Amino acid sequence: MIRLEKRPQPSRAWSLATPVVAVLATMVAGGMLFGILGKDPVEAIRTIFWEPLFGEFAFYYRPQLLVKGAPLVLIAIGLSLGFKAGIWNIGAEGQYIIGALVGAGIGLAFYPLEAWFVFPLMVIGGAFGGWLWAMIPAYLKTRFGTNEILVSLMLVYVAEQFLASMSLGLLRNPEGHGFPGSRNFNSYEGASSWINENAGMHWGVVAALIAVIFAYVLLNRHMVGYHIRLTGEAPRAARFAGVKPARLILFCLGTSGMLAGLAGLFEVSGPSGQVSIDFNVGYGFTAIIVAFLGRLHPVGILLAGGLMALTYIGGDIAQSNLQLPSAAIQVFQGMLLFFLLAFDLLTNFRISLGKPEVA
Amino acid sequence: MDLSAINPVLLIASLMVAATPLLFAAIGELVVEKSGVLNLGVEGMMIIGAVAGFATAVESGSPLLGFVAAAGAGAALSILFAILTQYAQANQVASGLSLTLFGLGLSALMGQSYVGIKPPQMQKLDIPLLSDLPVIGPILFGHDLMLYVALMLIAAVWAVIKFTRIGLVLRAVGENHDAAHALGYKVVRIRIIAILFGGACAGLGGAYISLIRVPQWTEGMTAGIGWIALALVVFASWKPWRVLLGAYLFGGVTVVQLNLQAAGVAIPVEYLAMSPYLITILVLVILSADKSSAPAALGRNFHAAR
Repeated sequence: MIRLEKRPQPSRAWSLATPVVAVLATMVAGGMLFGILGKDPVEAIRTIFWEPLFGEFAFYYRPQLLVKGAPLVLIAIGLSLGFKAGIWNIGAEGQYIIGALVGAGIGLAFYPLEAWFVFPLMVIGGAFGGWLWAMIPAYLKTRFGTNEILVSLMLVYVAEQFLASMSLGLLRNPEGHGFPGSRNFNSYEGASSWINENAGMHWGVVAALIAVIFAYVLLNRHMVGYHIRLTGEAPRAARFAGVKPARLILFCLGTSGMLAGLAGLFEVSGPSGQVSIDFNVGYGFTAIIVAFLGRLHPVGILLAGGLMALTYIGGDIAQSNLQLPSAAIQVFQGMLLFFLLAFDLLTNFRISLGKPEVA
Repeated sequence: MDLSAINPVLLIASLMVAATPLLFAAIGELVVEKSGVLNLGVEGMMIIGAVAGFATAVESGSPLLGFVAAAGAGAALSILFAILTQYAQANQVASGLSLTLFGLGLSALMGQSYVGIKPPQMQKLDIPLLSDLPVIGPILFGHDLMLYVALMLIAAVWAVIKFTRIGLVLRAVGENHDAAHALGYKVVRIRIIAILFGGACAGLGGAYISLIRVPQWTEGMTAGIGWIALALVVFASWKPWRVLLGAYLFGGVTVVQLNLQAAGVAIPVEYLAMSPYLITILVLVILSADKSSAPAALGRNFHAAR
């Protein structure tokens, strides 16, 4: 008979091994899915994981890894702080949109002025926009005890409608012949987030790396980080230790909103180039998977962000080379989170075979 | 702008149709939460139900068969959640989220070849005399079968929770799983049944959107209704009849805003379209002061030591 025994301490080895095991299991299950869709499973998996890195056109795809990975890491770092403390911001997609709108709005207001301060102002605007949008669930939670999961998610739909209204109205390109969408930032030197477009380098990549270091120091060397971990592991003990829950909620939601807003700003002023109705492609939701896959640890999130970016790029290649439907990649990413959560069992429990001992 | 084009009788009738997907999903989630489990995967189970129901109805030509398949698909997806949370002891919030992300992807994959097709129509109830009554006819007797099923489901859940032994056990498990376990109830088994019921209901709600309310299949067509259903359970303080009240309120907001869009009111379309979500937030704020009626063990995992 198979039984589960709770480990006195979570196993460190399994905690590190589960993401790897989960990725392998996803490859197997995903391969089976692709097989059902009538594709060669081995070829599909190879296309997704190998082609972008070492294939014939890798010189083109490798920079894409930075472009797709940066927003994922940036958002996931912010989310992980809250997740660790049991504060669930799942509306990062909305904060991403609003950050992009505020930042881009500032940039467009200065058009066509070429000055050193335009881009920094846009960055501040982006961070502020995301922060503000995240403050809504944070304030409602601290003031009225409203569930932050539902409020932050509802605000995603509000933000999407707002984005539609902005790209059809206020921010629309006056020289765009009536097409929806703003001016393109790639033709506005002073407001572009690219550092080196061919290498995939933009300021979002820099910000993501800074965020990783910041989160690492915060969690391991700072009182706030200690409070976050304490609240997640023992909320009652945290109260007695003098942690103020309201402040922690404002900090975690505010920081994650700010980082999501930054990610949005860097995206519109660089890779996407303009505010348009559908410039957001769901990074805010995929970042949830990245945060968990990275074990809510800054370095882990960096690796997980890279892997998830790989599945995006590999998915695109598989779509054009093998006619794999784009939704198949979405399923693939969802599976990854399933397997991760399932295999996490081994971190906290020991599986023992045989009969229970008689006490 | 022409507000006189809005017919109040039709407005109420279409309000009931708009509210029905919410009713299905919310009453299912209410039972799940009564058993002490928080399943945030409602949106995912709904959209799977929507696509499975649509595909089955198109292939078989029978909308009823579609609903059966939708319930099955929703329940099948919820099995994943049950395994994760009840056996693998995974975090319920994370598992629910993964269910939604996975469901959205899988439904898009399954529904590819069904975009732009019209489903077979569901017969409207047509009782001679009664359905022809002015005002009352279209409101009370002029709907499809599933709308009445949803109403009966509310009544049934209310009666079972309030008057039967099953309801008592369900509540015991949700309030204090350790005590329920000590009394000899199979906590995990009861919770799994509740989760499956919730999945089936969410599936029905999804199929109601794709087969009757819209009726066609588009990617991501549930558009947050699953999440509003979750909010509705909080709104209803875990009481079945208040789910009905809440669903009709939200249905009303949706229908009125659609009618205003059609009537060409001076407010831009986008701002009207965000109103149901804003009102959901508003209602959550007003009602979240009172958490006393939430099941005490909500969201906590149970693992018997032996």
